Amino acid sequence: MSVNSDAVSSEEHAPSVARSGVWSWITTTDHKRIGILYGISAFFFFLVGGLEALLIRLQLASANNDLVSAETFNQLFTMHGTTMVFLAIMPLSAAFFNFIIPLQIGARDVAFPRLNAFSYWVFLLGGVFLNASFLIGAAPNAGWFGYVNLTSRQFSPGLNIDFWVLGLLVLGVASLAAGFNFIATIINMRAPGMRLMRMPVFTWMSLVTQFLVVTAFPVITIALVFLLFDRTFGTKFYSPAAGGDVLLWQHLFWLFGHPEVYILVLPAMGIVSEVLPTFSKKPLFGYAVIVYSGVLIGFMGWGVWSHHMFAAGLGPIADSVFAVSTMMIAIPTGVKIFNWIATMWGGQIEFKTPMLFAIGFVAMFVIGGLSGVMHASPPADLQQTDTYFVVAHIHYVLFGGSMMGLFSGIYYWWPKVTGRLLNETIGKWHFWLMMIGLNVAFFPMHFSGLLGMPRRVYTYPAELGVESYNLVSTVGSVILAVGMLVFLYNVIRSLRRGERAGNNPWGGATLEWAIPSPPPPYNFSVIPEVRSRLPLWREGGVSEIPASPPEPIHVPGGSVWPVLTAVGIIVIAVGAVAKSVPLAIGGAVLVLFFAYRWAFEPFEM
Amino acid sequence: MPIDHSRKSRSSRLQRVFSGALAGLAGAACSGPYPQSTLDPVSEFGAAIDNLFVGIFWWAVVVFVVVEGLLLFTIIKFRAQPGRPKPKFIHGHTLLEITWTLAPAVILVFIAVPTIRTIFEHDGSAPDNALVVEVVGHQWWWEYRYPEYGIVTATEMHIPRGRPIALEMTSADVIHSFWIPRLGGKRDVLMGRVSRLAFTADSTGRFLGQCAEFCGESHANMRTTVVVEELAEFEAWVAGQTTTPSPIDSLSPLERRGAEEFTRVRDPASNSCMVCHAVAGVSFGVLGPNLTHLASRRTIAGGILESGEEGLRRWLRDPPGAKPGSLMPRIDLTEEEIDALVAYLRALD
Repeated sequence: MSVNSDAVSSEEHAPSVARSGVWSWITTTDHKRIGILYGISAFFFFLVGGLEALLIRLQLASANNDLVSAETFNQLFTMHGTTMVFLAIMPLSAAFFNFIIPLQIGARDVAFPRLNAFSYWVFLLGGVFLNASFLIGAAPNAGWFGYVNLTSRQFSPGLNIDFWVLGLLVLGVASLAAGFNFIATIINMRAPGMRLMRMPVFTWMSLVTQFLVVTAFPVITIALVFLLFDRTFGTKFYSPAAGGDVLLWQHLFWLFGHPEVYILVLPAMGIVSEVLPTFSKKPLFGYAVIVYSGVLIGFMGWGVWSHHMFAAGLGPIADSVFAVSTMMIAIPTGVKIFNWIATMWGGQIEFKTPMLFAIGFVAMFVIGGLSGVMHASPPADLQQTDTYFVVAHIHYVLFGGSMMGLFSGIYYWWPKVTGRLLNETIGKWHFWLMMIGLNVAFFPMHFSGLLGMPRRVYTYPAELGVESYNLVSTVGSVILAVGMLVFLYNVIRSLRRGERAGNNPWGGATLEWAIPSPPPPYNFSVIPEVRSRLPLWREGGVSEIPASPPEPIHVPGGSVWPVLTAVGIIVIAVGAVAKSVPLAIGGAVLVLFFAYRWAFEPFEM
Repeated sequence: MPIDHSRKSRSSRLQRVFSGALAGLAGAACSGPYPQSTLDPVSEFGAAIDNLFVGIFWWAVVVFVVVEGLLLFTIIKFRAQPGRPKPKFIHGHTLLEITWTLAPAVILVFIAVPTIRTIFEHDGSAPDNALVVEVVGHQWWWEYRYPEYGIVTATEMHIPRGRPIALEMTSADVIHSFWIPRLGGKRDVLMGRVSRLAFTADSTGRFLGQCAEFCGESHANMRTTVVVEELAEFEAWVAGQTTTPSPIDSLSPLERRGAEEFTRVRDPASNSCMVCHAVAGVSFGVLGPNLTHLASRRTIAGGILESGEEGLRRWLRDPPGAKPGSLMPRIDLTEEEIDALVAYLRALD
């Protein structure tokens, strides 16, 4: 849709396209609206994954329980993991990338707004596609790691694994498109003076994350295509009988899987690095070191994948090398922890809700890191891997870590997104319920694991002696659920009658706080000139940003082609699951046609 | 499941610390043994891992106390208070940052060195005099073969105390992981590869374990027991396992009827017992567990049922009902057929 700049009057600064109605959201290319869409969708999937976790915990609350069947349990834990990784934490981070990064670097939008819309719609439809498998009772059931040869056609003949393989391939398209988009945005769209080493740490960690995304996702894409071909066309990539190798999948999966862990946690580290200074009234301690250790973690994350395979028996040399490389990751991580504490040292710490979650992140991530060092030691790992000890570890890292950090970001930037504050009292209730709930749920798992309870079991005999630990974990998960309800109430309350936030309710130092809340469609009335790493804390740190634009601003309109192209991709996936060649080819034709229309659409930035 | 409680549990210090910690946490009285505890090893392999873990554990405790203590101290001491001056902008401190980069590195050296030593000392290779047991993972039961004695059995592995054991392990189908926590760490078994574990048990008893790698619908039901015996008892067991079962003529009428049921060709043929199960001198099936000395085992069906009459009956009536997804189908045997089969199977000692 072409936009005539004359249509934009300088008094109203109105965008040239409709700003309300369902259609305007479907066709939007505004990074802020896409960010909101990402946030809502991801949070919905987060609740779905949470519900799955609750059912898992209720089943395990007592020994020999039969609340759900073995098959249902296997689908639940598979979808819990897959959902939380690909449909909750990653897209929640993407919500922040979308909304915050352009504001932090002084840009009017991302580099490729339509590609951004495309990423979102592919993600949403891919998530719906994966979960639609529940409707026909064939949800994926071989774990989020999908080890071959259990996932081969021979041992998993149903549609379950087809949904999983195709769903993950589709989601990979979304992640890759978004990854390239944000790299281009961060490298190219920075306001004058926003040098790399002046960038806010959240943007820095996001940049590292995007490089991990665009390098790690091709690896799992290849692994999944091999599996798809094995299952569909009878190729033998993973077939030991034909000279293939079942371990090949594990290498490829974890070569993706470990960088993926940092894809999940680096954005949260970035958020915490924004929140801690704001509420300590002190700049980040050792900015450069925090940035470099983030980059270093990104690189080192590539050299540790086999620590997921110590029990596979790769031999003493491989085990030793990967043990040492894994332990070395603790060093830059430890540096970050100490720098965060030093940031607060000597500050005037205000315990607002975002700050509580940020401190909670540091406290919980330390626990996850320490148990991580324990199974970095291969002999110790031989007793710990595939037990509840590791379940405890990943939940301290991803729930106590990533989710704590993301909630910190939600409370911190909510007023920027909506113009209203979340209630502080209810927020504190939410924080303490989550903090207590997660420790009650996940800490006893260290014990049940060391006492011999394996992961991914739908039942266990009372003789193991781990029943009381499991019951406590289940109680914790219910506390967590209550905490989430409290949060939802806070959200609804804030949207209806939350206190109005000004431009900068927390006294933040970065550019997004220089503009109104919520920001106008064009973000910045004039593109600011940045003169400091702390533009709002330094005298003259940024050029003046007038309240209304001195001259008309051209705001790009929406486009229908990204969402239609995304639909075409889903048609291919549905065709592949249904083993319908016409449908799959039809989907491919749609993708080509819509992409062609997209390419030749008159769309101006 | 039968567990030998007679042996006094040699609970490690760490296990008591943990039990105490949870008793405080939950107010739950956690008594009794933990038959799959990783903290109560009964082999030199398990003990080496436990030693290593205990060392790392105390390092972790020190780091935990220092870091969380520092964090708590900081947020309490520097909480916002009226009248305090605006914080000074400190952007870093090179010496301090070098210190807290090096300190973790030094601690890691103390963890890495014993780690690597333990990796090489326990790499799965065994001395020449070791007793070789071949382990085959199946969905969802464990098969054990003793090439030295020509024994093929399932679900219960017997080994002598004090003699090194060399496990040579593979899988008949998907990936499984062999894990008897009190005897040491786990190892994955994969089709087309041989994985190795080696250990020497230092206590007698029945030690529980189970598959640790998710292997499909009944992963949770793939359990097993390792029976560690004094040499004499082990040799008696070997002698029992290597005797040919009593000839059919010497069986009671009911048992003989059971043998006929066992060898009957049913429709479809895959419903016939002997197609999947071997009984020495009677049948040659290899898909299911070898039943030659079934009655000498305490458990059946991947260790989830007792081998007594009740367990056998429950299994024969509805295998997938007892073990979801079981490859042995529900055959709809009549009660008379089941009576006869149970009698026959219980005669296979």
